[in-house]
Amino acid sequence: MIFGVHSPVFIVLLPLSASLLCLAFSRLHRHLGGWVVQLSLLGAFLSSVDSMRQVLDAGGKTIHYWMGNWQPPIGIEFAIDPLNTAVLCMITFISLVVSFYSKPFLENEDWLHYGGYYTLYGLLTVGLCGMTVTGDVFNMYVYLEIMSLAGYGLIAMGGHKSMVAAFRYLLVGTIGASFYLLGIGFLYAMTGSLNMADISERIVPFVHTPLFAFAVACFLVAFGIKMALFPLHGWQPDSYTYSHPGAAGLISGCMSKVPAYAMLRYFFYVFGIHNTVMQSLMNVLGIMGICGILIGSVMALAQYDFRRMLAYSSVAQLGYIAVGMALGNIHGFVGAVLHLINHAFMKCCLFLVVGGITYRFGEVNLYRLGGLNKKMPVSSIAVCLAVLSMVGIPPTCGFFSKWYLMLGAYESQQYIHIVVLVISSLLNAVYYFRIVEQMFVQREASLTELHEPATKLGLPMNMVVPIGITGLGILLLGVYSSTLVNRIVEIGLPEVLMR
Amino acid sequence: MMKDPFGGILLNIAFRLLVPFSVVYAVYVLILGESSPGGGFQAGVVMGFGIVLARLILGEESTIFNIKLKNSLALAGCGTFIYTMAGWLTLAGGGKFLDYSFLPFSLEPAHELHALGILMIEIGVTVCVMMTILNIMDVVVKRSEDDGSAE
Repeated sequence: MIFGVHSPVFIVLLPLSASLLCLAFSRLHRHLGGWVVQLSLLGAFLSSVDSMRQVLDAGGKTIHYWMGNWQPPIGIEFAIDPLNTAVLCMITFISLVVSFYSKPFLENEDWLHYGGYYTLYGLLTVGLCGMTVTGDVFNMYVYLEIMSLAGYGLIAMGGHKSMVAAFRYLLVGTIGASFYLLGIGFLYAMTGSLNMADISERIVPFVHTPLFAFAVACFLVAFGIKMALFPLHGWQPDSYTYSHPGAAGLISGCMSKVPAYAMLRYFFYVFGIHNTVMQSLMNVLGIMGICGILIGSVMALAQYDFRRMLAYSSVAQLGYIAVGMALGNIHGFVGAVLHLINHAFMKCCLFLVVGGITYRFGEVNLYRLGGLNKKMPVSSIAVCLAVLSMVGIPPTCGFFSKWYLMLGAYESQQYIHIVVLVISSLLNAVYYFRIVEQMFVQREASLTELHEPATKLGLPMNMVVPIGITGLGILLLGVYSSTLVNRIVEIGLPEVLMR
Repeated sequence: MMKDPFGGILLNIAFRLLVPFSVVYAVYVLILGESSPGGGFQAGVVMGFGIVLARLILGEESTIFNIKLKNSLALAGCGTFIYTMAGWLTLAGGGKFLDYSFLPFSLEPAHELHALGILMIEIGVTVCVMMTILNIMDVVVKRSEDDGSAE
């Protein structure tokens, strides 16, 4: 089948073409550009699923797609492996779902802002997918920049203080991208190659040199900034708080997970973890993760703005992923990957609900959510599911990723990690259950309605359905987590962990 | 600034020489870019320069060599799409993405098709760069006009 051979490239090509043409279509008719982008996102999702089918049919062997039929290491290639496709399906699915959700926020915009929003939205998806699928280090830099630039635009569109937040992120993000470029430069100087698979072979004689240590440190800082790892997370709370409420689901869900996945790919697939430099780097990563978990949770406890609390909670959850990577064994790795996917759904769901509250009432004070279970029933149930998952209560998905992290920590006898995981789960329970308490127990808060509810569910159907789907996703990811681990993640484990 | 053209006899005469020359020169740079210094970016800048010059001298109301902001924004995207189009055509011709040997035109496969593919990409880049320069100018000028009625 012709489509099947090219499906890796369609994942990036379809949204790219659609978002480039989006403004021209929007010029013809205000809504046309948005529809074209949504159609392309559907195409990208189907291509991701098709790629996953292919790679699983091939028994987990990596599928290579050579651009222009130039053979690597000269040419650029897209590499599809089981983990890749899982992350790709997650990105394209969330992107597709949130694209419907954004529509009510754009009702009163003119064609330029409507089309511009969907252009940036499509480009953000292109950047995220490209970073995940590419097998070339410099190509990844290009997609990193596409993702960041589109992200700055979407954050700046939020109004109010969003300009300052976006500018701050721009400054910090540019430093991160520069570090990444510096790292590539050192890698290229050592190996003379830009292809990941090629570098992983050629780097072996250099793994004990100071240059290698410096290059790896550059990558740690670069991805640390992009994934908002403590103490490099300064840009993140403002950006998440003030970003465009329609896109906040995608921004918070995927924009920090994909750099985390890229870091994981570099550390486990390219550099290998069995050398002294990487061992000490893993220790640093673990300490950063632990500090992030504790400080993120404590800071989240102190917030009264719902969005800001979620942003700090993201810092803590990214800490889990870092700890999972730092453990450096199979269970830790599986936990990190699983948490990456699960947390994308949880945070996306919570930010969609917060966006819904903003849409209807215009304020998101944590202590003024009383009686929301009657006003917005679907959203309240979704919040419940997400909260249970954040705290880590089965059968929601958060439990399983934490379970694997604990197993990993036990296996490598890092008992302090277990203690931190337990403490942080308790802190999660404290600051998340107060939301549930506010919503279901407190008496009704007097809030002014900006938009009268169009349906009985309290929000337009465009918004209720995505909230419901992501909420259901949390539950399904939990129920089918063993399938996800056995059929996909464990097939794609890196070779370094098998020894 | 842009509402009042600052042309006079001298500038208007110079305009008749400069703008067509810069546009023709841009096309020259674009075509030759494949095998010599030049290419899409330079051609786009030179062509954009011609149009910026026309707007400075003739003013915003003029219809000669003038592209409005809303069109230039849409065209910048379309220009980049021409680049992507080269990839789509190679896919339609049965090859891999951006494998120029499979462009569906009846030319000598080895070099003529490759030259054609590169030319398509250069044209896309030219349109994109030119429109982006116009966008930047429009935005900067709009900032400097206080009344915001200049649309």
